[in-house]
Formats: sequence, C-alpha cells, structure tokens
Amino acid sequence: MSDADDELLRRSYEHMHFARTLDNGLVTWQRQGLVPAYPPARGQEAAQVGSALALDRSKDFVFPTYREIGVAVAWGVDLVGYLGSHLGLWHGGLWDAARDRFAPLQAVVGAGPLHAVGWALGQKLDGLDGVALSYFGDGASSQGDVHEAMNFASVMSAPVVFFVQNNRWALSVPLARQVGGESVAARAAGYGMTGTVVDGDDPIAVYRATHDAVELARSTGRPSLVEAMTYRRGPHATSDDPGRYRSLEDERAAGVDPLERLEGVLRASGLADDAWFAALVEAEAPRLEALRATLVEPAPMPGDQMFEHVFQSPTPQITRQRAQWREESEHA
Amino acid sequence: MPETATATATATLELSMQGAINRALRDSLADDDRMLVFGEDVGVLGGVFRMTDGLQAEFGAGRVFDTPLAESGIIGLAVGLAMGGWHPVPEVQFDGFVFPGFDQLLSQVARMNYRSRGAFPMPITLRVPSFGGIRAPELHGESLETYFMHVPGLKVVTPSNPHDAYHLLRRAIAMPDPVIFMEPKSRYWNKGPVDPDAAADLEGATIVRPGRHATLVCWGSMVHRCLQVAELAAEDGIELEVLDLRWLTPIDEESLQESVSRTGRAVVVHEAPLTAGPGAEITALVSRLCFRELKSPVERVTGYDVPTPSGDLEDEFIPSVDRILFGVQRALEYRRG
Repeated sequence: MSDADDELLRRSYEHMHFARTLDNGLVTWQRQGLVPAYPPARGQEAAQVGSALALDRSKDFVFPTYREIGVAVAWGVDLVGYLGSHLGLWHGGLWDAARDRFAPLQAVVGAGPLHAVGWALGQKLDGLDGVALSYFGDGASSQGDVHEAMNFASVMSAPVVFFVQNNRWALSVPLARQVGGESVAARAAGYGMTGTVVDGDDPIAVYRATHDAVELARSTGRPSLVEAMTYRRGPHATSDDPGRYRSLEDERAAGVDPLERLEGVLRASGLADDAWFAALVEAEAPRLEALRATLVEPAPMPGDQMFEHVFQSPTPQITRQRAQWREESEHA
Repeated sequence: MPETATATATATLELSMQGAINRALRDSLADDDRMLVFGEDVGVLGGVFRMTDGLQAEFGAGRVFDTPLAESGIIGLAVGLAMGGWHPVPEVQFDGFVFPGFDQLLSQVARMNYRSRGAFPMPITLRVPSFGGIRAPELHGESLETYFMHVPGLKVVTPSNPHDAYHLLRRAIAMPDPVIFMEPKSRYWNKGPVDPDAAADLEGATIVRPGRHATLVCWGSMVHRCLQVAELAAEDGIELEVLDLRWLTPIDEESLQESVSRTGRAVVVHEAPLTAGPGAEITALVSRLCFRELKSPVERVTGYDVPTPSGDLEDEFIPSVDRILFGVQRALEYRRG
C-alpha cells in the first residue's frame, strides 16, 4: 500500500467514525425529544465516505436523498445546516446548497437522478468537466425516473455517476422483493454503460470504483453506475421497528460492521494504535457537543419564511396572504 | 444598426400564433445564451406543431435538442439544468402528457426554489400545447390549468392571439420563476398583427371587447369564442364585455373586480371540467370583490365532469357559442326572490 492509500484509510476512518457518532447521537437526541425524526445511515458509512472522497470538491456536485450523513460529513457540508432538515426547520436543509455543491435533501428518492443528469449535461454544454454524483438506493431503483435518468444520461452522454447504495432494505421490503434479478448494476449494460458491483463495506474498494467512474465521466462524458453492496444496520427511521420484518439472524448475516472492519485493517497494518483511536474520539467530542447545543436551542424559523421562497418574484396573492398571516398571528 | 434590421424591428407583422411563438423562441434564444429548448421532436423535425421550426439549424444541437420520449425525464432534466444556471424552455408535446411528468413538475420544479431557500431558482418555461378543438386522440386535448393553478410555486399563462403569444412567451422566459405556458392549439394557425417592439404591458388581464351588461371571463382558446358570442349578442342589443385573463397565476383580481363591478354580472367560460375548476376560484373572487354590485349569481359555462371525450363528441363538451349564450341569458334573466 502506498502512503496515499494509508492516508485514505485513516481519513476514511475519521469520517466514518464521526458519521457513526453523529448518527448515534441523532438517534439518542430523537429519543430525548430534540429531533422529531431521523433516518440512520448505520452500516453505510464506508459506501458513503468512500464515494464522497473520490470526488473533486471544487468542481463536482452531489445529489443526495435523505440518508446521506456520511456523504455530508466527508464532503464537508455545514452540518448545522444539514441537520436543519431533520430538525424540521426547513425541508431541504439550511446549508447553502449552491455554495456547498450538495443539493437539498430529496424525499422523492427517484427524482434526484434526473437532476444529476441535467446538471451534468449543463457541465458538458459549458465545456466544463464537473461530474454529478447521484446517490440513491435499491428501493429508489424501482422508480421510473431512475430508468429515465439512466437512459437520458446514456443517450445524451452526460457525465454522471449513478451511485447505488444497495442496503438490501427499502423500509420493510427486502432486496428480493424489490429488485428483479437482485442487481441494479446489471441494468447498466442495457443502457450501454458500465455497471460495477463493489463491496460497499470496504471504503477503499468503494473509493477506487467511484474514482474510476468519475474519471471516466470527466474524460469521456460517459455515465456509469456503481452499486455498493452494503446493509442498513439500523431501522429505516427512528419511527420504524425492524423487528416486524427481519430477524437478528438476518442482521447478523450482514457480516462484520464496516467500522470494526476498517479498525482491524488499520491496527493490523500498523497505521493506527490505541493512542490514535483515543485521540480521534477525543477530537470528536467538542464537535458533537457543539452540534447538540444547536439542537437544544435551534434558531427559530420565523413564520413569514413560509411565504419567502415560494417565488423569486412573489405574486400579489402571496404578498397579501403574508400580510394577512402577519396581522392574524400578531392578534392571536 | 443595419437598415434591414431596423426595418424588421419596427414593422408590425402579420403572423399566426405558431409564427409568433416560433419568433418569440428565436428572439429569446438570440438574447439569452443560457436558454435551452428541448423536448420530443423539437430538434430536427421542429416540433409536431412546428413551434421550434428552424431553431436547431440556427442555434445548434447544443441549445435546441431532441430528448427521449419521457416527460418526467424532460422536466427533471430541466430542474438539473436550472440548478446549473441554465434557462430551460422545454416542450411537452401534448397537454395530457404532462401527467407522466407531474411529479417532477409539482414536487421538483414548483418546490426547488422553496426547498433550497432561493439557492436554486427555477427559471423554467414549460410550453404545453393545450385545450381541445382539433379532433385529437385521447389525452391530446386536455385543459390542465386547474391542476397548475393549484400548485404553489408555479405561474400559469395562456395567450389568445399572436401578439400576446409573442410577448407573453418572451416575458415568461425572462422571468426568474417557473411558468407554464399553455398554448391554445386550436388557435395556432389563426393570423393576427404582431408588433415585436411594442412596449407590451402584459402583466395582467385585458379587456378585449368592452361592454356593459355582463362580463365574459375567459382565457386562451375560449377568448375568440367569447368574442363571437359578444358579436351575436350585440345584434340583440346586449353588450357583453370580454375579459381575457391571460394570467391564471396570478389572477389579475383588480381587473376582474373593475370589470364585473361595472357590468354587475359575470359568466366564466372554460374548457376544463366544472367541479373545483378555475371557474370556482373566479366565482369566489367575484363574490368577495363585487358582492354589492352583483346583479346575478356568477354563471359558469365549462366542460362537463367527464373525461375529455373523443373527437366526435368534442363539440358537445367544449363550451359552444350557444351554451355560452344560454349562460349569458341565465345571468341576465336572474331575478331576486
């Protein structure tokens, strides 16, 4: 392994561990009533961090769904803003999505891939070499928009990477009842593009597969698909009870947790020791506490904000309703 | 400036609505190098209605291009392009095929500016050949304004003549918000004067024929028919005012109030089905804005609550001159108590 690989292993672990810590924190804070609801990404950290690190922060663009906290951590999205969505402050989140090159959270999980294709086509028309990374899962792959996105990308040669986190569960429905043939990557051939299956719990394998796909898109404009095989080790969301649809045996079949796996690699190769791990945990504590502090007392969202961004140029009707809201809320 | 250009720029032209729309697209493409035109068959063919005729040859396949046959794809592509700073002007080939793209239109186009708190404006103008009247197959003659008007974040406009078509389309394209541009396909080939350089004030509604006994409230394809009705009624000494709303979002409430308060009666005419249609909204507005001046309940002459029927029955469904006259008669003959 080269020095660069060593550094990648350590960076991956740092991001994955913080994503896990934050993920655990959010579940706890949901139980404490600080967060209305949260969809944990537990188990998908390697897929998320490995893929995000393969992108160029200065020119590429991320199109997430809503279970992408590992991507957000590795990409460097303003996390206070990111949590704004899960806090119920604003649907899409509160980070500057244009500046951070990280699209607003997307509830319609099949919709984003088309936006990624459009953005990527725009790069080509502008003569730029940015690549769009479209995140979605095995569940979203059932949606017609995902087909339309892959077909458009191929026909138009849009530099986009379709990154599938196949976590084997779409809420309560297992892969076998979701994806005919149980492979999204196999569909890529039908669109005339490369489809690569990768161990989604190995961040280096994910990094390499994504990096190849991004470089293909950057140098040739061709789209491709990477399917990272992983496992959703938590519930769909804090409101979910996986015990109703899967057993502990099912969960154990997922194998070793990707964080434990990477820790083993780091220790075995002598890249990290007890002191390194302890320092990492210590460094996380103030970051986590700072985030928790924003959750305890989030800046309140002024009510008139619901009228503010309906249009760039508001209609008289919106302006009147806003004035009426102001008047009636003040007299309430 | 070359003399020929000056001469072209100042002349009033005699154009069909197709010619006016084609020219508006051409002039907008020339003015705004971030504008893109795309959709099914809009490139090489020039569109099934020829609205984009010649544009690909003039501006290249990078700015005017064909897409696969997938409306959700077309509209979703527009969202991504807009996020990248482009100004998409996609076409959906026929009204009824907006339905396959409804999620992208309602959940994405209409909400992205809101969702992103203004980080990603959606300066998209979606052109939709609309309304019936050409004996088309199923889902080729629908009137979808009811759906569009109900969606927060969309603006909706429809022209009734070539001059308005030119200026409203250019205005829609220049706007920073998404606009649904509903083209009355039954009027595509009717000619009229177009002055591309007129300082057009097309903000709101316009009175296309003044009158004093009742106001016919209409838009798009029904404006011409209402003018025919007014012509006939005039022979019996009934002076009908014809108010072309043009913008359905936002509705020009001031013009509506001014006209109906003066005439005291309103008949709303649209092709879309009756129940919970645009006429219901307009009736509610009139009852609030003109309550004191109203001499009769607001009448609605509309399509029935049935799926838009096939060509043979189309004339029974779309408000006819006779049905509109019956509506006018009901309004005029209404007596209190």
